[in-house]
Amino acid sequence: MRLNIYRYDPDKDEKPYLRSYDVTPGQADRMLLDAMVRAKEQDDTLAFRRSCREGVCGSDAININGKNGLACITKLAELPDEVTLRPLPGLPVIRDLIVDMTQFFKQYHSIKPYVVNNDPPPERERLQSPQEREHLNGLYECILCACCSTACPSFWWNPDKFVGPAGLLQAYRFIADSRDQTTNERLDNLEDPYRLFRCHTIMNCVDVCPKHLNPTQAINHIKELLVKRSV
Amino acid sequence: MIPVRKFDAIVVGAGGSGMRAALELARANLKVAVLSKVFPTRSHTVAAQGGIAAPLANSGEDNWHWHMYDTVKGSDYLGDQDAIEYMCRRAIEVVVELEHMGMPFDRLDSGRIYQRPFGGHTQNYGSAKMAMRACAAADRTGHAMLHTLYQQNVRCNTQFFIEWMALDLVRDPQDGAVVGVCALEMETGELTIFQAKTVLMATGGAGRIYHATTNAFINTGDGLGMAARAGLPLEDMEFWQFHPTGVAGAGVLITEGVRGEGGYLLNKNGERFMERYAPNAKDLASRDVVSRAMTTEIKEGRGCGEHGDHVLLKLDHLGPEIINLRLPGIREISIKFANADPVREPIPVVPTVHYQMGGIPANYMGQVVAPEGNSKEAIVPGLYAAGECSCVSVHGANRLGTNSLLDLVVFGKSSGEQMLKDMATMPRPHRNLPRDAGEPTRARIARLDGAKDGERVAEVLNDLRRAMQAHCGVFRFPEDLIAGVAKIKTIAERAGRTFIQDKSKVFNTARVEALELENLVETAMATIVSAEARRESRGAQARADHPDRDDKNWMKHTLWYKEGNRLDYKPVHLRPLTVETMEPKVRTY
Repeated sequence: MRLNIYRYDPDKDEKPYLRSYDVTPGQADRMLLDAMVRAKEQDDTLAFRRSCREGVCGSDAININGKNGLACITKLAELPDEVTLRPLPGLPVIRDLIVDMTQFFKQYHSIKPYVVNNDPPPERERLQSPQEREHLNGLYECILCACCSTACPSFWWNPDKFVGPAGLLQAYRFIADSRDQTTNERLDNLEDPYRLFRCHTIMNCVDVCPKHLNPTQAINHIKELLVKRSV
Repeated sequence: MIPVRKFDAIVVGAGGSGMRAALELARANLKVAVLSKVFPTRSHTVAAQGGIAAPLANSGEDNWHWHMYDTVKGSDYLGDQDAIEYMCRRAIEVVVELEHMGMPFDRLDSGRIYQRPFGGHTQNYGSAKMAMRACAAADRTGHAMLHTLYQQNVRCNTQFFIEWMALDLVRDPQDGAVVGVCALEMETGELTIFQAKTVLMATGGAGRIYHATTNAFINTGDGLGMAARAGLPLEDMEFWQFHPTGVAGAGVLITEGVRGEGGYLLNKNGERFMERYAPNAKDLASRDVVSRAMTTEIKEGRGCGEHGDHVLLKLDHLGPEIINLRLPGIREISIKFANADPVREPIPVVPTVHYQMGGIPANYMGQVVAPEGNSKEAIVPGLYAAGECSCVSVHGANRLGTNSLLDLVVFGKSSGEQMLKDMATMPRPHRNLPRDAGEPTRARIARLDGAKDGERVAEVLNDLRRAMQAHCGVFRFPEDLIAGVAKIKTIAERAGRTFIQDKSKVFNTARVEALELENLVETAMATIVSAEARRESRGAQARADHPDRDDKNWMKHTLWYKEGNRLDYKPVHLRPLTVETMEPKVRTY
């Protein structure tokens, strides 16, 4: 198969270019990441992030034939013979397929991603019913790969002001947690023309999430809570 | 001159133990830096699935004495009983703390944390009744734990140095005290010395020394390489856990929680063969026992598939509700990596390298200890180790499932506490750095940058991983081990002659991989030399020529030194802190 890979090394390249690699996947190679590792065996100057190779660490999010995804769980069998790989769109490129994720994590941090409960901690666990716990499903599983936020036009335009789908999914994860006592402060933190309301329900986030999570739905829940609070 | 930055404490690694220690340190008014070669939530703790052990007794009776007994027995009596008692007694505390931090555990109708059975965890000192001790967040317990710990560190404003790879320890030549770490900023390619009063190694395991492994690309034993190059020994490196259920061909982990929920293994005759090997615990026997049974089935021609090279893990009888509720992640993995939807069909599995029981020798306060003078366990001032890179040794010759996540938080916490205690009694100014601090590191990088030709890193690495797979597997044979030692020595020489095309300063991953290879080589050498020398079978070490455990000659910890491939030994701590010694017995499940 042929991989056309975006290359850029600020140390020596004036501008980015695509370089083609013809690779023959080995017998045990199932995923796109395996083919990328083959390409790197030919040319060790090719730079990309990767770690768990099973879709849980979120390192190897890239743009695959125009769509964001994780290389390690993208099956070779489901790809055409020629594949173009680019860095995630909308973030500054450090080198090749490696992007600077500072802005993405800044937005994640901005939603205060931790349970706040000011009651003195009990001897044992705080109780939570299975039904209450159920609300966290579809939220806590996020792996912070940034596929969603970097597929979102609103995030491309205002990465410094719009929290983005990943951050908002996590904002709702803490609102939805029965143990958290700061829903009001969390809503205050989002009630802003940019932070939350730049979401125009384009739903690219839902389309690309490799964990099949639904940030748009979480964003709608937050919007509903804001409406409820105001009446 | 390599630039120097001063901190009170450095934590190397931002997985479960590093971030748990960082929380302890962040609460004191100190200058702390956490170095990680990946963004913290990418650390391999994220891949742990089944649970974290704690005798909460939320579903049936349980207590730390039973947990301790199971852990000592699971270790095949090589675990240090003081450390095991310490870990089991602090289990409830640290798990409840995780819950208070917001970790999304599954819940029982009572609102308490959901617990499931796991291999080797029993009620009443090894009875046939399994204990419900594994506290779980579906089959994503490691993910839930790692993210929770990161979130708490965000809350505490922990200072992270992300995508900084630690390369070498800096020791004071006077007394060997560790006074800093030399690290590489991956984005710029520049070295910095992080000068500190205390350094915690929390660098994780090195499962990438094997060809078939559940481990992530990043698990390259960086801390082990650093310790070995600094002249410190590595303990019990012959003991590598083969997890019974890696996806055949892919290596990806399928949690033991599948069997905890009621799944079981079948051979090609459709026989539930574990009943023959472990009549009581069956599929929930210890991992070493199950992996040997599977390997025997395959070797004796009862393996499944076209090549008879795997067995099957059946769980469709649990029904889609339980699978979707408790095991959603493994359903996803199985569909992706085995083309098998476990709701309908069994998963092809094979024993796969998973966990390193050995590591940098440390006590249960996290202090690194090494022989010096008359003592086999003299404290190395300034240096601490926790998590998979350390050997405390709570896992001995075989770790029980769910004890690894527990190990991370118990000893992450105790290391942090001990570092604070030790720093309180240290003089305020930092010790001076030796004049040549960082020089060996700079020289290694200069060699790589200067090399015009030589061995390709990927080739040496592949040869290393295949050699370890062939020579140091589930069953070990004397002639294979001897040949393996020779092979790894040749590979070690080749690793010193590597060449990379990439000479860029910016995010040079070829350089990182070449440096990782050096750490893998140290780990592999320690492993095969220690395994060749230990002439008995215990836990994860099963020798064809010495099939039995030999407590008279071998109830001792191995210590391997890089210099001269020298071995030393030290006694097992048989005396617990407060209870009676658990005497070695024949180990059956």
